[in-house]
Amino acid sequence: MDMTEIRNERTQLLNYLWDFQNQKGYISTSDIRQLSVELGISWIEVEGVISFYHFFKRKPTGKYTIYLNNSMVSEIKGFQKIKDALEKETKAVFGGTDPTGTFSLFETACIGLSDQEPAALINFKPFINLTPKKIKEIIDHLKKGGKIEEIEDTPEDNIRYKNDKGEPVIFRDYKVGDTVIKLIKKTPEEVIQSIKESGLSGRGGAFFPTGLKWEFAKQSTSMQKYVICNADEGEPGTFKDRAIMNQLPGLMIEGMITGAYAIGASKGIIYLRAEYRYLKKKLEDTIKKFYNLGLLGENILGKNFDFDLSIMQGAGAYVCGEETSLIESLEGKRGGPRTKIFFPVEKGYLDKPTIVNNVETFSAAARIIELGSDFFNSKGTEKTKGTKLLSISGDCKKPGIYEIEWGMTIKEMLELCEAKDTNFIQFSGPSGTVLTKKDFNREISGEDLICGGSVMIFNSKVDVFDILTNFSNFFINESCGLCTPCRAGNYLIGKRLKRIRNNDATMEEIQEIKDWGKILKDSSRCGLGKTSTNFITDAIEKFPELFKKKALKHKEFDLSSALNDYYDYVKNN
Amino acid sequence: MEQRIVNIKIDGKEFQAIEGQSLIEAAKNNGFHIPTLCHFKEIYPPLGTCRVCTVNINGKPDTACTRKVFDGMDVEVNSPEVLDNRKAIVEMLFAEGNHFCPGCAKSGDCELQRMGYEMGVAYTRFPHLFEERPRDFKSDRIFMEHNRCILCRRCVHEVKTHKGENVFYFQNRGHNMLVGIDYEKEKELTDEEVIRAADLCPVGAIIVKGKTIAKPFGDRKYDSDKNIKWIEGKELDIKIPKDGKKKIVATTSLAGCFGCHMSLLDIDLGILDVLELVEFNKSPLTDIKKFTKQCDIGIIEGGVANSDNYEVLTEFRKKCKVIVALGECAVWGGIPAMRNTIPLKDCLEEAYLNSISSENDENIIPYHEDIPKLLDKVYSINDIIKIDYYIPGCPPDAEHIWKVVKNVLFGAEEKVAYTEFKYD
Repeated sequence: MDMTEIRNERTQLLNYLWDFQNQKGYISTSDIRQLSVELGISWIEVEGVISFYHFFKRKPTGKYTIYLNNSMVSEIKGFQKIKDALEKETKAVFGGTDPTGTFSLFETACIGLSDQEPAALINFKPFINLTPKKIKEIIDHLKKGGKIEEIEDTPEDNIRYKNDKGEPVIFRDYKVGDTVIKLIKKTPEEVIQSIKESGLSGRGGAFFPTGLKWEFAKQSTSMQKYVICNADEGEPGTFKDRAIMNQLPGLMIEGMITGAYAIGASKGIIYLRAEYRYLKKKLEDTIKKFYNLGLLGENILGKNFDFDLSIMQGAGAYVCGEETSLIESLEGKRGGPRTKIFFPVEKGYLDKPTIVNNVETFSAAARIIELGSDFFNSKGTEKTKGTKLLSISGDCKKPGIYEIEWGMTIKEMLELCEAKDTNFIQFSGPSGTVLTKKDFNREISGEDLICGGSVMIFNSKVDVFDILTNFSNFFINESCGLCTPCRAGNYLIGKRLKRIRNNDATMEEIQEIKDWGKILKDSSRCGLGKTSTNFITDAIEKFPELFKKKALKHKEFDLSSALNDYYDYVKNN
Repeated sequence: MEQRIVNIKIDGKEFQAIEGQSLIEAAKNNGFHIPTLCHFKEIYPPLGTCRVCTVNINGKPDTACTRKVFDGMDVEVNSPEVLDNRKAIVEMLFAEGNHFCPGCAKSGDCELQRMGYEMGVAYTRFPHLFEERPRDFKSDRIFMEHNRCILCRRCVHEVKTHKGENVFYFQNRGHNMLVGIDYEKEKELTDEEVIRAADLCPVGAIIVKGKTIAKPFGDRKYDSDKNIKWIEGKELDIKIPKDGKKKIVATTSLAGCFGCHMSLLDIDLGILDVLELVEFNKSPLTDIKKFTKQCDIGIIEGGVANSDNYEVLTEFRKKCKVIVALGECAVWGGIPAMRNTIPLKDCLEEAYLNSISSENDENIIPYHEDIPKLLDKVYSINDIIKIDYYIPGCPPDAEHIWKVVKNVLFGAEEKVAYTEFKYD
């Protein structure tokens, strides 16, 4: 790292921290002192930012840092075997580094490769479809001093279905600039009108009407506005944005240009999750190309319209997918959600009007300008327009991306991906809903089952309690901690779930989880907490027999186990 | 800019407010109280961390501190559902941290405690976690007791050096989150600013070293309702399963200090009335060691720390129709439960091996088949048996006990006053 570099932008703190982390594998106390002096902030503030993010380390790590995905899909595809193999081959224990300081092993939440599990990131390079044999080969190669670039995998896009019954919106031929050329012929008002007419709503999972969001931002008279692309695809089981950014990065960027033109913004930022660092180069190259073509920068295509675009990397926090947390993170802070006293369209990034949209939303917006709002809203159902990218993974023959038209049934979806013996579908991610056989005739749409993108399929061989425990741990680890219900509630529910698993809870105690879930839903600060108990309250509803079997008939205090500690101790002394 | 007046409705009553004002302020200006914990003054953006002020706004739950009033705003503050939700959040905070009120200097001046009184939190529906959290003595003037911190963000937001640098800042996330102190920046604060930081803390997490904040009972901020206007005269309902002709009472002290029994005697002359009407069976007051008949009320003091406590308690459940948990220890473990965050082995070694013994070289851990065996932790009596009524306090207020006894015996329905509901 260039030590002469002047670090004086508080908003760039995450980037500065990444510099240290990348250079040395950790951030030392003296780095923190230095940063705190340079930025004029206290060291406890720097420590606070570091300790919020999963990928920043305060202790030295090995030459190779291995993050193994511990999501539920990874679990059914052999997570434990890979974990054992990694420990065996590297001689490191998970959470630590081997004695030679070569390998550090960590678990991490879903890395957006659910269609190619088990998967891991080694120094943020992707490694997919892992087997113990492959682990041995990788580790041997690295031990011998081989370069990591020589063996890194290239994840497949796995686009399995492009609305074959009609026409796709996203995954169709793309020609650079088609959108922008049409865009600048329209007025910003016309652009917003088109987006509104198309019926496009937020594809990240919140489904807020995109046109309306842009209109709010446009109404602000502020001189400086921002367009932010949420590429922090963190919901376990989703990977559609990965495929868009790999295959159609230009389309997404044209969507951002569309947004900027519509609201009157001159700056844009792509917030890219650290797990997708391997896509950064492609995005940078595309941005460079756009500048060269006059599609970014000053006077875009000769019009009085300037727009600059940069990329900012996250550092491992699911909650940063929530738009206000993402903005906090962009400002170099802990990624906690803001209170909703202001919306980002009023006061967003640096307190300026900001639109935050998902990768897929921007891509769809670009297509709407390119192909017309009629093209878009002729697809889908009466109230849910267009197509939707589903990331399908788990127990099915063809995991991957499916661009479906809203209105498809679950049954059709399962047939397409060739899923058999399906018992449990986690629909729209752990924050979404649980589906069982009874739901197979339901329709994927805003009218019935809305879906942000993640579809995880589990057959009857998978223990439902394994799934629930995995999701519960996920929310406990990813709760930011700012508000009482989410921080304490998820932890309490995790403990209760453990007791249920161990046949140590009554039916009354099981049912109580539903009341607790309601408390989280009603009073959590952001969407994470509000939706974090859906999976378990749904499961209790949908698998009554399973819980009945686990429930204690009578609650009886287990005196002998409460006495174990004492007897163990006196026996040994 | 011209201020626009809007019409809002709170619990059916119509009020006027200035557009853009926060709902908390608007309600306060109209003499309407919405309970809050993290909120201590108007801040933009609001802290919005504790979520206690969750209300229903036009049918949808949201926090009052983070919402601006608008024309046609219709707010539900005291509907049963909203009240229960609010109470649950306060209970969650009690269950999450380690709040031993009788051992806390802030007791009586603590806003979390007051919130518990205000809502009549006699016990928590969530099991106490009893997880050890650090105690940080490293800073020159501040002792940070993380076991009591409710992560409200007040100090993080408010306490800064004269250069505007943070002295307190959140560390880690989720369940592991805590408020860290910048020891060097703390040096830059004046003594007054340090004291102000401690005062700002709603609980006893920020303690100024060498400064006693404990005040005599009765003089503390929340001992009476005179400092809390909105609960003046507000009383809590006692709801006990009614049974007309009950007359036989049993009492016991498990892992307790007999302080609750002392408080029982504090009923004063009332105890004479009781003796006229009831017969004491098994009780330390009568020295009857074994039940001789079925009883109507069993009053239990103390938690369950050993095998003997367990035997006595299960016997009480069999012999008594109504069980009353008397005092903090019975309700959730109380002071003896301070050991719950420490492994039993460490407790035993500290008490019997590492401490000075009256006999030289006689440091042994007592073990005999007749000596009660210690449980891995101190349990509340609710963990073992079903409880019919809880009387909090350390010790509980005599009037509160008397009202409960009267209710069970004669079906008298009296309300418990604010001052009779205590955790210390």
